[in-house]
Amino acid sequence: MDKVGIPRGLFYYYYGDLWKCFFDKLGVSYIVSPNTNKEIMDRGIKVSNDEMCLSFKVFLGHVDYLKDKCDYILVPRISNFGISNQTCTNFLGAYDIVNNLFDVNVLNYNIDLDKRETLKKGLFKIGRELGKSFLDIKFAYLYAMDKYKEKVKKDIEINMERLNSKNTKILIVSHPYNTYDNLIGMDIVKYLNSQNVDIIYCDKFDDSITSKLSKKISHDLYFKYSKNNLGAAIYSLDKIDGILFISSFPCGPDSLANELLMRKIKKPYVNLIIDGDMSFTGIETRLESFLDVIRRNACV
Amino acid sequence: MYNIAFPQMGDYCVPAYFLLSNILDANIIKAPKITNKTIELGFKYSPDFVCTPFKYTLGTMIECLDMGADTLIQYGGGCRYGYYAELQEKILNDLGYDFKMINLVIEGRINLRRINKLLKQIDSKYSKIKSIYYSFITLKMIKYMDEIDDFIRENVGFEVVKGSFEKLKEEMLIKFGNVKSYHELKIIYRYFLNKFKCVKVYKPDDRLRIGIIGELYTLMEPFSNYYIEKELAKNNIEVKRFTNVDYLFLRKSKRMKKYLKNNPYVKYSMGADASDNVANCQYLCENGYDGIIHIKSSFCTPEIGVMQVISKIAESYDVPIMFFSFDGQSSETGFKTRLEAFYDMLEMRKNK
Repeated sequence: MDKVGIPRGLFYYYYGDLWKCFFDKLGVSYIVSPNTNKEIMDRGIKVSNDEMCLSFKVFLGHVDYLKDKCDYILVPRISNFGISNQTCTNFLGAYDIVNNLFDVNVLNYNIDLDKRETLKKGLFKIGRELGKSFLDIKFAYLYAMDKYKEKVKKDIEINMERLNSKNTKILIVSHPYNTYDNLIGMDIVKYLNSQNVDIIYCDKFDDSITSKLSKKISHDLYFKYSKNNLGAAIYSLDKIDGILFISSFPCGPDSLANELLMRKIKKPYVNLIIDGDMSFTGIETRLESFLDVIRRNACV
Repeated sequence: MYNIAFPQMGDYCVPAYFLLSNILDANIIKAPKITNKTIELGFKYSPDFVCTPFKYTLGTMIECLDMGADTLIQYGGGCRYGYYAELQEKILNDLGYDFKMINLVIEGRINLRRINKLLKQIDSKYSKIKSIYYSFITLKMIKYMDEIDDFIRENVGFEVVKGSFEKLKEEMLIKFGNVKSYHELKIIYRYFLNKFKCVKVYKPDDRLRIGIIGELYTLMEPFSNYYIEKELAKNNIEVKRFTNVDYLFLRKSKRMKKYLKNNPYVKYSMGADASDNVANCQYLCENGYDGIIHIKSSFCTPEIGVMQVISKIAESYDVPIMFFSFDGQSSETGFKTRLEAFYDMLEMRKNK
């Protein structure tokens, strides 16, 4: 039996690579739940409240899948990244919800920069709970952080290269846990790729630039991830041909921030809301007509 | 001269009106009471899955603007309520209204310096000292109102002459609205408290006691919860509710700090009022209440997350709990039937 289980949902798409590097270097065995499939989603829907957002249901499905396959399940809590940089409420409550719903040992850390709880502190806490020495943890942390930063940099470079290509370009405005999820966003990405469209991902931009840029559209917005999305949209607005919004039903921050963005930009866009029961054919039809509009615009 | 309006919530329009009319030299428009028409307007122009308070307040704003308002005040909470103002401003601008929006609370924080600046723009003669004095009176007024409301909730189900509490309360609110000084407010408060205590009530020992918890807007705006408290009072039930403005402003943070230490159910704050409701639920269970009702507006993310924790607690204490989710378009009859079944069940349990 592996020691730590990492659910492939929500946090995984932000910190997955970091965690994997960290545990590898630390010598802790771990298991990552497989790509989301119908069975996992059904499991999630079964245990969760029916009004929860689809991404969170999927996350709970992954936790349910892992519950008897490992000793600990890693569920962090992310409250904020300083003033005006809050996260969605589900990120705040994830730990307590999992703890109450499942009878498992939860490996937990807290990111709350308002109260000086940082990622570093969190990873050190985890290391100690797994019974590792201070030096081991420090080496693992530095190594993982290095790799993580390198990867982020590389991702941004690839994204920027694509942004300057001459092909038809579409910006996907969505949270990474929706874009890269096998059931929620991956079909859409695959379809666009097959249509010979260059996809720009809004989560692969430099945070420090995008959060500043978002002020141009919204002065009061205080959700960090939504801020990054808006900033990315403004950054690339002149270079892209259209924007594709993907959100899971019913996403809290998206319902406000995306609506504002849609009202303020003058570019073709399409808003896809995924609720788990939809067939892909309906989405495909909408994407097809969207691409037609974009290509006609480009010709004119 | 500016025409100022603000979305209302329950009876709190009285202190808000009092404060604004005293510190600003402007025409304050009283928002009309929320009706079905308000909701219809709100639903028409709101994004699909935004939470219900957004739609209610947007509807009220449109009605106020039609009445001639040119400055709107919006306040915010700790959840996405804090971000309503900006999007609502954009939606109303797109509809062709020309007005100014003032957002008092951003991210659940009140920045006094910013508010001061904004108010100066409206009224150049606005004075800080005067506004501090009147804010103090307003806070006291809210405190008194909440105290009296708590008292009413406990007793209104058992009044001998029907409607006597409601009549007295209306009288009190009118008097509160015309207060001149803190001294006067205190005298009026004492006078009415005495009167409320003198109202004849008949309280049987085996009465049902129900606690109501949930999301703050739905709790405090009676129209949005189909007057659930009145409905319960009609059937001789004592109601306990924690959430009111006074509690949210002054007592909540202190209480939560104490509660979150070494708690078996929640370790962290879960956003907005969520962990607060866990605390309240535990309190109700431990103090022998017969049932708990949890109400929220649909799509309220913090409450959705906490619902399962709450039902787990209620189960472990063996207290029945009922969940209501209001989206403004659900049928009132369906709601009443479910509520009726709930308190019938409680009564049967009690008589066993």
